[in-house]
Amino acid sequence: MTASFLRTVRVAEVEPVASRIKRFRLVSADSQPLSEFSGGSHVTVCMKAPDRLIRNPYSLMGSPSDTSSYQISVLKVEGSRGGSEFMHERVEVGTELEISEPLNLFPPAKIARKHILVAGGIGITPFMSMMGELEALGADFELHYGVRSLGDGAFCKLLEARYGKRIHVYLQDQGQLIPLERVLANQPLGSHMYVCGPKPMIDWALRTATLAGWPDENIHSEQFNAPPIGKPFVVKLTKSKREVRVGGHQSILEALEQNGIDAPFLCRGGACGQCETSVAACDGFIEHNDHYLSDAEKASGKKIMICMSRISGDAITLDL
Amino acid sequence: MVLAFKNETFRDDFTFSNSPAAIRRFPFPFVEDKYMYSVNIEPHELGPKGSVYEFPIDIDEHYVSEMRDRALVLDADPGRCQALPHMITAQWDMLELLMTSMARDYPEHFSLTRDGNQWHWINRPLGIDHKFTFGDVATLPYQPMEYIGRQCQGDFSIQDQRDGQLWMDAGIITTQADWSLDFDVGMNFFEWHAPVPLAHQAGVFDRALKFLLNMQHGRPVRRLNWTMTINSRLDTSPENYHKWGIDRTTVTPENVGDKVHLRVELQALWRLPRSNAILFSIRCYMIKMRELATVPKWGRRLPRVLRTLPDEIADYKGLTRYRQTTIDWLSKYDDGAPTSLGGGPD
Repeated sequence: MTASFLRTVRVAEVEPVASRIKRFRLVSADSQPLSEFSGGSHVTVCMKAPDRLIRNPYSLMGSPSDTSSYQISVLKVEGSRGGSEFMHERVEVGTELEISEPLNLFPPAKIARKHILVAGGIGITPFMSMMGELEALGADFELHYGVRSLGDGAFCKLLEARYGKRIHVYLQDQGQLIPLERVLANQPLGSHMYVCGPKPMIDWALRTATLAGWPDENIHSEQFNAPPIGKPFVVKLTKSKREVRVGGHQSILEALEQNGIDAPFLCRGGACGQCETSVAACDGFIEHNDHYLSDAEKASGKKIMICMSRISGDAITLDL
Repeated sequence: MVLAFKNETFRDDFTFSNSPAAIRRFPFPFVEDKYMYSVNIEPHELGPKGSVYEFPIDIDEHYVSEMRDRALVLDADPGRCQALPHMITAQWDMLELLMTSMARDYPEHFSLTRDGNQWHWINRPLGIDHKFTFGDVATLPYQPMEYIGRQCQGDFSIQDQRDGQLWMDAGIITTQADWSLDFDVGMNFFEWHAPVPLAHQAGVFDRALKFLLNMQHGRPVRRLNWTMTINSRLDTSPENYHKWGIDRTTVTPENVGDKVHLRVELQALWRLPRSNAILFSIRCYMIKMRELATVPKWGRRLPRVLRTLPDEIADYKGLTRYRQTTIDWLSKYDDGAPTSLGGGPD
C-alpha cells in the first residue's frame, strides 16, 4: 500500500474569508458522492504546478454530517514552496483538483469529559469540523482562538454566532494573548487539550500543559508543515540502485516521485509514520522535521521520514 | 444470486454440513505445506464470482441457521453484545456499511431504501420489514450494532482509535474461537492479543498496529486466521467452556472425519467514516475433515501443516489432544505428491 486513492473534485465556490485566507468549497466531479468523514480529518490536495506536482494536506472544515461538499481554507504563505500560492492564484470556480480520501490524524478523544481546543491563526481549520462533531454528540468543549487582528481571524463571527460563550477570541493587536495557564487550571479530571497553529505556539502550549501536570495522553497537537526548504543533495537507493538529486525546494519523497520511484506515503506531513525509511549511510547531517520518530530514533540516524526530513550534506543512502 | 438456506444446528445434534458448492468455496487458509504467524494482511478487494471474496460481506447457505444460533446465545448471555457509550456513532457507521453492502450484493434477499435519514430495511430470509430513522436509536428495537449484528453472519468488534492505540470498545461476539468480549472489552490492541504466543517477539503486533492506525476509509483489508473445533459448534466461548472443552477428549480414529472441523475466520477491517473507528469482522467458516478431504490438495496439505506446526501454536489453538489422531486419519489422503502454492483447490 503506497499511494492513497485519489478523487476528482470541482471547485464550486471561492471566498476570501480573512486577509490572505481563502475558503474553497469542493464538490464531487467523479461518479461517487463524497465520503463521510470524522471531526479533525484532512484531505491532501494535488496541485499540478508548471514545474512539479505539489501535494498539501488541508483540514476539512465543514460539518461532518454534510457531505454535499467539502470545505478547505488556505492561508497564502509568501516565500513558501508554492502550494498556497497555487491555490490562491491558479484555482478558481470550476477548477478540477485531485484530492485524497479523508484521513484523520487529529480526532477528538471520545472518552474525554471536556475538550479544550486551542487554535492559532489558520490552525483553526481542524477545529471547525471537530466542533461540529462535538456539538452533535452533546460534548462539553471550549475554543481559545488567537489571531493577529480581527481582519486575520477567519470565522470569528460565525463561530461566536454558532457556539456563543464557548468561543474565546484573543486579538494580538489589542495585546490579548491566550491565558493558557489559567485556562488549563482547574479543568475537570479527564479533560483533553488540542492545539493547532504555528510551531512555536504548539511547542508553547504543549510545554504549558506539561508544566501544569497534564498527562501526555490528554494533550494532542496537529501541525501541517510544508517540507522545509534547504540545499540540494543526492539520495542513493540501495534496492533500486539509483541516484536521485533532491532540489532545494523539494522533499526526498517528491524527488523520488518525480523520478518515477514508488515510495510509501500517506499524510505527507511527518505525522503518520507511513514513509519511515531506513538509512544505510549518510554523508552529512539528517535534519529531522517529523513528529513521528522518537528522539532516540532521530539521534540514532538510522531512520528518516522522507516526506519531511532532508539532510545538510552531500548524500544519503536509503534502503529503497 | 438466490441462496437456498439450510435448516441445521450448531449445538445438541449438530446437523451442520456443507453442500459440495460450499466445500469448493471454503477459504482454505494454508498457502503452503507449513504454517507460521505473519502479518498476512491484503486489500479486501472483490474476488472471483462465487468465492467468499465475491462481496465485502459474504452471506451463504448457513445464514438463517447461524442467525438463529446467535439469537439463542444472546438470549442466554446478553453480555456477548456490549458497547461503551462513546461508540454510538461507530455503531451507526457499522449499520450503514452492512446494510448497504447486503442490499447491493444480495438484492433478492435484502433491500434498503433511504430518503435522507428515513430508512426502510427489508430482510426477506428473516422476515424483517422495518422503517427507522438513521441516527435515532429509539426507532430500532436494539442498539444499531446489535440490530444489524443479529442479521449478519460473522462476529463484529469495533475499535476506537485514540492515543496511537486501538481500543476494543464495542462488539457482538457469539461465534468465537475461545475468547471473550466481556473480558476484552475496553482493552487495547496489545492487551487483547497478549495471550498469542511467538508473534509478539516477532514484532507482528507492532507492525500490524502501525498499519491499522493509518487505515483509510474505502480501503478495507483482510486476513485469514484458523483453528480447529470439535463438532460444528459456533459458540466455543470461554463462558461456555464447560460445555465444549470436554469434546476434545471424544475424538477417536473412527469419528475424526465427522467430528473434527477446520475452522477458518475471514477477518476484515474497515475504517468507519463518521467515527474514525475500525470495524473488525470475524466471519467463521467450518468444514468437516471428511468434507475437506474431498479436495485432493487440501487432503494432502493439511496433515503436513499439522505435523510441522510448532507445539506452542498447537497448544494455544487447543489442538494438542487430538492433533495426532487427526494427522493419522488425514494421512491416507496424502500420497506425498507436491502441492501447488496458494490455498484454492487445483
